[in-house]
Amino acid sequence: MREFDEASRSFPTGQKVERKKVTIDGNEAAAYVAHKLNEVIAIYPITPSSNMGEWADEWSALGQKNLWGTIPSVTEMQSEGGAAGAVHGALQTGALSTTFTASQGLLLMIPNMFKIAGELTSTVFHVSARSVATHALSIFGDHSDVMAVRGTGFAMLASNSVQEVMDFALIAQAATLEARVPFLHFFDGFRTSHEVMKIEQLSDNDLRAMIPDELVFAHRLRALSPEHPVLRGSAQNPDVFFQSRETVNPYYQRCPGIVQRAMDKFATIVGRQYKLYEYVGSPTADRVVVIMGSGAEAAQETVEFLNAKGGNVGLLKVRLFRPFASSMFVNALPPSVKTIAVLDRTKEAGATGEPLYVDVVAAIMESYTSPNSPLKSLPRVVGGRYGLSSKEFTPAMVQAVFEDMKKPEPRNHFTVGIHDDVSHTSLDLDSSFTTEGADVVRALFYGLGADGTVGANKNSIKIIGEDTSFFAQGYFVYDSKKSGSTTISHLRFGPRPIHSSYLIDRANFIACHQWFFLEKFDVLKSAVPGATFLLNSLYGPDEVWNKLPRHTQEQIIAKKIKFYVIDGYKVAQQTGMGARVNTIMQTCFFAISGVLPREQAIEAIKSSIKKTYGKKGDQIVKQNFAAVDQTLANLFEVKVPPAVTSTIEMPPIVSDKAPKFVKEVTAPIMAGSGDALPVSKFPVDGTYPTGTAAWEKRNIALEIPQWEPEICIQCNKCALVCPHATIRIKVFDQKELVNVPATFKSMDYKGSEFKGMKYSIQVGPEDCTGCGLCVEICPAKSKSEAKVKAINMKPQQPLRETERLNWDFFLNIPEVDRRTVKMDNVKGSQLLQPLFEYSGACSGCGETPYLKLATQLFGDRMVVANATGCSSIYGGNLPTTPWTKDKAGRGPAWSNSLFEDNAEFGLGMRLTIDKHTEMARELVRDLASSIGQELSQQILDANQSDEAGIYAQRERVAQLKNRLHEIKTPEAKHLMSLADTLVKRSVWIVGGDGWAYDIGYGGLDHVLASGRNVNILVLDTEVYSNTGGQMSKSTPRSAIAKFAASGKPTSKKDLAMLAMTYGNVYVAKVAMGANDMHTIRAFLEAEAFNGPSLIIAYSHCIAHGIDMAKGMNNQKIAVETGYWQLFRYNPTLRESGQNPFKLDSKAPKLPLKDFTSLETRFRMLEKSYPERAKLLGALAQEDVQVRWKLYEYLAQSPSAEKPVTASGN
Amino acid sequence: MDLTTRYLGLKLKNPIVPSAGPYSRTLDGMKQLEDAGAAAIVMYSLFEEQIAHETSELFHYLSYGTESFAEALTYFPDVQQYNLGPEEYVELLHRAKQALDIPVIGSLNGISVGGWINYAKKIEQAGADAIELNIYYIPTDPILSGSDVEDRYLEVVNAVKRTVAIPIAVKLSPFFSAVAHMAVRLEHAGADGLVLFNRFYQPDIDIDTLEVKPNVILSTPQAMRLPLRWIAILYGKVRTSLAATGGVHTHEDILKLLMAGTDVTMMCSALLKHGPQHIAEVLRNMESWMVEHEYLSVQQMKGSMSQRSVADPSAFERANYMKALNTYREPTPPRPAQ
Repeated sequence: MREFDEASRSFPTGQKVERKKVTIDGNEAAAYVAHKLNEVIAIYPITPSSNMGEWADEWSALGQKNLWGTIPSVTEMQSEGGAAGAVHGALQTGALSTTFTASQGLLLMIPNMFKIAGELTSTVFHVSARSVATHALSIFGDHSDVMAVRGTGFAMLASNSVQEVMDFALIAQAATLEARVPFLHFFDGFRTSHEVMKIEQLSDNDLRAMIPDELVFAHRLRALSPEHPVLRGSAQNPDVFFQSRETVNPYYQRCPGIVQRAMDKFATIVGRQYKLYEYVGSPTADRVVVIMGSGAEAAQETVEFLNAKGGNVGLLKVRLFRPFASSMFVNALPPSVKTIAVLDRTKEAGATGEPLYVDVVAAIMESYTSPNSPLKSLPRVVGGRYGLSSKEFTPAMVQAVFEDMKKPEPRNHFTVGIHDDVSHTSLDLDSSFTTEGADVVRALFYGLGADGTVGANKNSIKIIGEDTSFFAQGYFVYDSKKSGSTTISHLRFGPRPIHSSYLIDRANFIACHQWFFLEKFDVLKSAVPGATFLLNSLYGPDEVWNKLPRHTQEQIIAKKIKFYVIDGYKVAQQTGMGARVNTIMQTCFFAISGVLPREQAIEAIKSSIKKTYGKKGDQIVKQNFAAVDQTLANLFEVKVPPAVTSTIEMPPIVSDKAPKFVKEVTAPIMAGSGDALPVSKFPVDGTYPTGTAAWEKRNIALEIPQWEPEICIQCNKCALVCPHATIRIKVFDQKELVNVPATFKSMDYKGSEFKGMKYSIQVGPEDCTGCGLCVEICPAKSKSEAKVKAINMKPQQPLRETERLNWDFFLNIPEVDRRTVKMDNVKGSQLLQPLFEYSGACSGCGETPYLKLATQLFGDRMVVANATGCSSIYGGNLPTTPWTKDKAGRGPAWSNSLFEDNAEFGLGMRLTIDKHTEMARELVRDLASSIGQELSQQILDANQSDEAGIYAQRERVAQLKNRLHEIKTPEAKHLMSLADTLVKRSVWIVGGDGWAYDIGYGGLDHVLASGRNVNILVLDTEVYSNTGGQMSKSTPRSAIAKFAASGKPTSKKDLAMLAMTYGNVYVAKVAMGANDMHTIRAFLEAEAFNGPSLIIAYSHCIAHGIDMAKGMNNQKIAVETGYWQLFRYNPTLRESGQNPFKLDSKAPKLPLKDFTSLETRFRMLEKSYPERAKLLGALAQEDVQVRWKLYEYLAQSPSAEKPVTASGN
Repeated sequence: MDLTTRYLGLKLKNPIVPSAGPYSRTLDGMKQLEDAGAAAIVMYSLFEEQIAHETSELFHYLSYGTESFAEALTYFPDVQQYNLGPEEYVELLHRAKQALDIPVIGSLNGISVGGWINYAKKIEQAGADAIELNIYYIPTDPILSGSDVEDRYLEVVNAVKRTVAIPIAVKLSPFFSAVAHMAVRLEHAGADGLVLFNRFYQPDIDIDTLEVKPNVILSTPQAMRLPLRWIAILYGKVRTSLAATGGVHTHEDILKLLMAGTDVTMMCSALLKHGPQHIAEVLRNMESWMVEHEYLSVQQMKGSMSQRSVADPSAFERANYMKALNTYREPTPPRPAQ
C-alpha cells in the first residue's frame, strides 16, 4: 500500500471550483472515473462497451495513475465469463476491481455476479446496455441485458446522459463501498455510450471527497489473506442455506438510503443534485410517465414543453432500479396522479408485463394497501415498450403516451415507436409534434466512412464545446456495411443543456458530402423551411442546378433553402488531402452556419487541426491548413431558379425482377426506411431468405477491373482472390454466344479438359468494391507494355451500363457441370459457381475469399455454423446476405448462435445430420422390399466421395421420394422427411481467431476431441477485427493492438499444434496469397476427412494497417519470412505408414522484418516504443526460428507406425 | 606519423570517414566505426520523401477504415506519442554525439526547397558538426534544361545555408556538363565542401516477372578513378574542402586520392564487405606505406599529384583518353562476381 501525504487526504468540501469542460462520449466518461477508482480491471471487447476497456488499457499503457497514485492493472480475458471471474478473484483478495461489458457479455457474467453479490462485495460494473440476441443479434441499445441480471443481487443504477454517466460512476463507487452491495452502473448503448456531449469533468478532488479512504481500507480488510485466513464460498445444506441467504437483507434495506446520501454529498461537492426517483413536471399532474435511461431525457423535454403550453403532466425518472425502494418511489409521485404509464426498454415475452412496470404496479399496490399511504386514490398503471435495439424514442412518442393516458381506458401493454399490425399494440403518433427550440442549431451531415465526415464533426463539436459557451451534442449513425458505408452525423448546438436524446428530423443545416447520396436518399426530407444546404459538387454554382434530381430541386424551392456548393474533391486534390474532404467540408460548415464568427471559426479549426494532427507530423498539419485556406475561395452560394427543371428521378432501390420479400422488406431497409415497416412484414422466427445481396447494387467502386483476353493465360487467380465474388469465370459452349452484347468478351478455352469451348471472365460492375486484389495477383503482363495486365482497373462510371448488360448475359450462361471439373486446382475450382457473393465486408477483405472457395467446392451441401464476428456481420447483418443458392435452389444453410458456443453449435448440427442419416438408412433397409432392393442397396452403398457420386445419389434420392409417395405407411412418411440426409452433407464451423483462440476455445477443443465429421474454418486475422482490433491469443508478439497498446509481449498461441496433439484431427494452416493450390488441397482434404478438421487460414485485415490491394502479397511475404507456416496434418496418412505431417512451406528465406515492416500494426510499435520494439522484434524473430525448427522436426520425424530409432532425432 | 587532415573546418585524426550507409543506422554500429579508427562519421541519409511521406502514410493507415462501422470506429489504439522517421534520426544523431568523440555529420537527401529543409535546423540542434547535402536528382523531364537543374541545386544549398550555421558539404553527381564550373557555383552558393560523387543506384529489369528491380551493387575499386580525376582537377580551383567517395577500398586508393588533393576519403562498400575493422587495417597499411616511403604527414602529400602539381596536366584531360587507348592491353578475364 502506498503512503499518502496528509494534504491529499483532507479535502475542503463545498468549495466552488471551476471544473474542466470536456467533450466526450458516455463510454469515455465511465472509463474516466473507473480508471481513477480501481486497481485491477479485467476486460473483454463487446460492442458498445469495448471503448471503455480500450480507454482503460490506453491510459494504463501511458502510465496514467489512479486516485491513489498507482497505475491500474488492466488485463484482457478470454471471455466476459473470464473477466467476471478475474474481477471476483481480485475483489476477494482486496483490490478495487471493475469490468465493462454489455449484452451477451453481461449474461456470461451472471454466475459470478450472483457470487459477488452473495458475498457482499463492493464493486461497480459499468454496462452500456444492449439488446440480447433473440431472433437476431443486435449491437444496439436497450435494457434486455441489464434486466436479465436483475436477480443477481447487484444494485442497478441507471444514467440517462453523458454527464450522468460520469457522475453516477462516482456515486455508484461511493455507494458500493459503504453499502457492500455491488453495483451495476448502466447507460443506454450507443445513445449514451457513443453520444458526444460537452460535460463537466469531475476533478480528482471531487473523487477523493466522495471516496473516503476508510471505506477502501475496510474493503481491503475483508480480503482473503493467509495472515488472517478464512473460508469463503462454502457448500451448504437444506438446514442452513435459506437462513444464510436472508442475512443480507439489512444491507439491501440500507442501500437506497446510502445511494441517496451519496447523491446528496455529491450535490454539496459538485453542485448537481440527483434523486433515486426524480420527479419532473407539474406538482399537480394527473398523468405521469415512469421511465429509466436516456429516454428520460426526451421525456423530460416533452413534459416541460407540454406544461409550458398549459399541460399538467409529469415524469418520474427511475435511477435506482435495484434495490427498488418502493416507498421512496411512491413518495416521489405527485399525490394528484391518476394515471401512470411505465415505459420499459425491453421485452419479456410471456410476462404479465415488463420488469419496471411490474415493479411499479407492486410498489403502488403495496403502498396503497398499507396504512399511511401517501396515495389518496389508486392510480391506474399501464405499461408499454419502446426503443428496443436503439429504436428512436422521440417527444412525439412521449406525447402519444400522454394522449393515450387521457382516454378513459388507456391502452395497457402497448408499444410506441413502431407500427404493430399483428397484435395491434402500438400507439398512434402525431408525427408533426416537436419540442425542438428555435435557438438550437440542428445540423445533419451525410458522409462516407472513408471521407472523414464523422471525424470532422466530432472535431466541430469539440471546437464549439471548448471555444464557446454553447452546449453541444453529436450522435453518429453508421450503416452495417464495412466497405463504402454511409454515415449520418446529427449535431446540435445551443445555449442550454441539450436533452434531445433522439435523432434530428428537423434540420436547419444539411450537408451532403457525396453527390451520389442525392440519388440514394432524400437528403432534404428533414430540412426545415429556410434551412441551409451544403453540397459537395463537381458542378459549380452555375451548372449544378440542372444536375440535381427533381425531388431535390422541388424541396429547395418549396422550403426556400439557402443552397451552397463546393468542389471539395478539387480542393482536396490541390492540397494533398486525397479523398478526405473532412476539413474542407468542416470549414464550409463553420463559414455558412454562423455558429461562430467566421474569423474565429477559422482560427479555431486551425488550432484544433494542430492539436489533432500535430503528433502525426507537420506535413499533415500543413495540408489541412492549406485545405482550410483554399476552401473559402471555392465555396459558392447558388442562385436558386424559381422553377423545377429536372427530370432526374431516384432510381428504384431494387430491380423489378426481385422476389416479393426483397421488394417489400429488404428494399425499404436498404433505402433507410426500415423504421416504417409494420410488424406483419417480418418473419416470426428470425428466418430470412438467402441470396439477397445480389439485389443490392451498391456501385461503390470508383474503378473496376477490365479483362484483356489477348494477355490472359487463364490461370483463374483473379476469381480465386476476389473477396466479393464479383469477378467470375465460365467455360461454355460456342452456341451460348447468341444475342451477345456488343462488348462482351470471350476467348477459346486453353487446355484439354474443355477443348473447343469458350472461356470468359466477367466483372459485376455494380457489385465490385474496386479493391484491386485481382489486378495485383494477375501474373500475365503485356509483352509490349509491361504495365498492362490481363485485367486492369478502369473507371467504373463509363463502363457501368455496358458491363451491366455483359454481366446479365454472363450470369445467364449455364454453369459448368460440376462432374466435369477437376476441383483440386485453382483453375478448376474457379469454374464453379460461388454461393457467397457481394458481401459488405471491407474492400479487399482477406477472409471472404476462403468462404467463397468453400462454397464453390461444397456450397450445395453445406450447413454453416458461424461464430459472431466479422463473418457473421458481413454474412448475416440485414438488409442482405451474401450466402446464396444455385439454380437448383441448393446452397449453404447458415446460422449464427453466439460468439462463445460456435463449435458446439456446429457439432449439434452434425449430431442431427448423423442421427437423421442413420435413421434414414435404417428406414431404407426396413422398406427395401417396397422401395426396390436394387435402389435401396445402391443408396446404402453409394460412394459419395466425388461430385459424380453425389450427383448420382441425388438422383437416387429423387427416385426414392417418387416411390415413397406411393407407399402409405408411417415409416415411408418418416423416410420422406429424412431422405435428403442420405446425400452427404458438409458441416462447416466458421469463425475468427477471437472465437477459436479465446472465447470459444474450450468448446472448440471439445469438438476436436469428439471425433465427429465437422470442418472448422478459422479465419485468422490475429485480432478481434469486428470490434475494432483488440488483441486475441492469436495476436503475434510485438504487434500493437487494442488492449496491447504497447505491443503484445507474448507469442502467438499455436492452435494448430494443440489440435495436432489429438492425432485424429485433420489440421491445416493455409495462406491463399502464399500458396493457393495448397489452400485448395487443404479444403478438399479437410472435407474428405471423416473426422474433425481444422483449417487455420491467414486472413489479412484492415486492422493490420496495410494496403488492402496488396493483401495477398503480404500473405506471401508472411510465409517467405516464416512468420506464417504452411502445413497439413492428415491422420489418414498414418494408416499407410506415412508421416501425417507435411510441411508445405520452405524454410524462412527472409528476415521477419521484411514482413513486419509492411504492416502498421508492427511499425507503430517502433514509432511509439522503439526500445521495446527492438526487444520484442528480436523475440518475434526467435519465435519464427523456434517454431520452424519444431515443424521441421515433425516433418522429418519417422511416422508413428515405425519404431523410433536411436538416431531418430 | 601525422595522419591529421582538415575537412569542413573540422580537424580530423585521419582521412578516413565512413560515408552515409547502414552502419550509422544504430548507435552500436557507429561505435564500432569509431573504435576501428574512423575520423568522423557521415550518418545515413534522411530523405526528403521520407519526411514528406512517412507521416502521410502512417496517418493514412492509422485512419483507414475508421468511423465507418459502428462496432469498429477505429482499428488501432490511440497511441499518444510516437516518433516518425525524421525524429528518430535526430534522436539517434543526438545520442551519437553524446556517445562518440569523433565528429558526426548529418546527411540530408532531397531535391526541392520545402519543409524538409527545416530538418537541417533540427540536425544542427541535435549537435551535428556538419551537414552533408545529398542532392540526388534524375532530371527525367525533357523540358528541364541543364541550367534549370543546376539552379535547383544551388537553390537547395542556399536554402540550407540560410537555415544553419554549421558547415555544409554538397554531395553531387558527376553528370554535369561542366563539373568544374558547377563546383565553383556551389562554392559561391555557400558550400563548405564538395563530396565527389554520389552513386545513383541503377535499376535492373527482371525478365521473368517483367518488373523493374532496385539493385544495389557495391562499388568496385575501379570506381575511384572518377573522383580521382575530378579531385585532381578541382584541387586549388575551389576553396571548399574536398571529399572522395566511391570505390575507396584500400590504403592505396586513399593515398592516390590524397595525392590528387582530397581532404578526406569516404568508405562504404569496403566496410560492408569487410566490416568496420577494415578501417583499422587500411590505416595500418597506410601508415606503414608512408613510413616505408618516408612521408611525414598526410598534409605533405595532399594535392601532390593534382592537375596543377603534375608535370603533365593534360594527363587528366582528353589527351589522357588517347593515351589510354594507345596503352590498352587485353584484360585478364574478370573473376566471377561475389
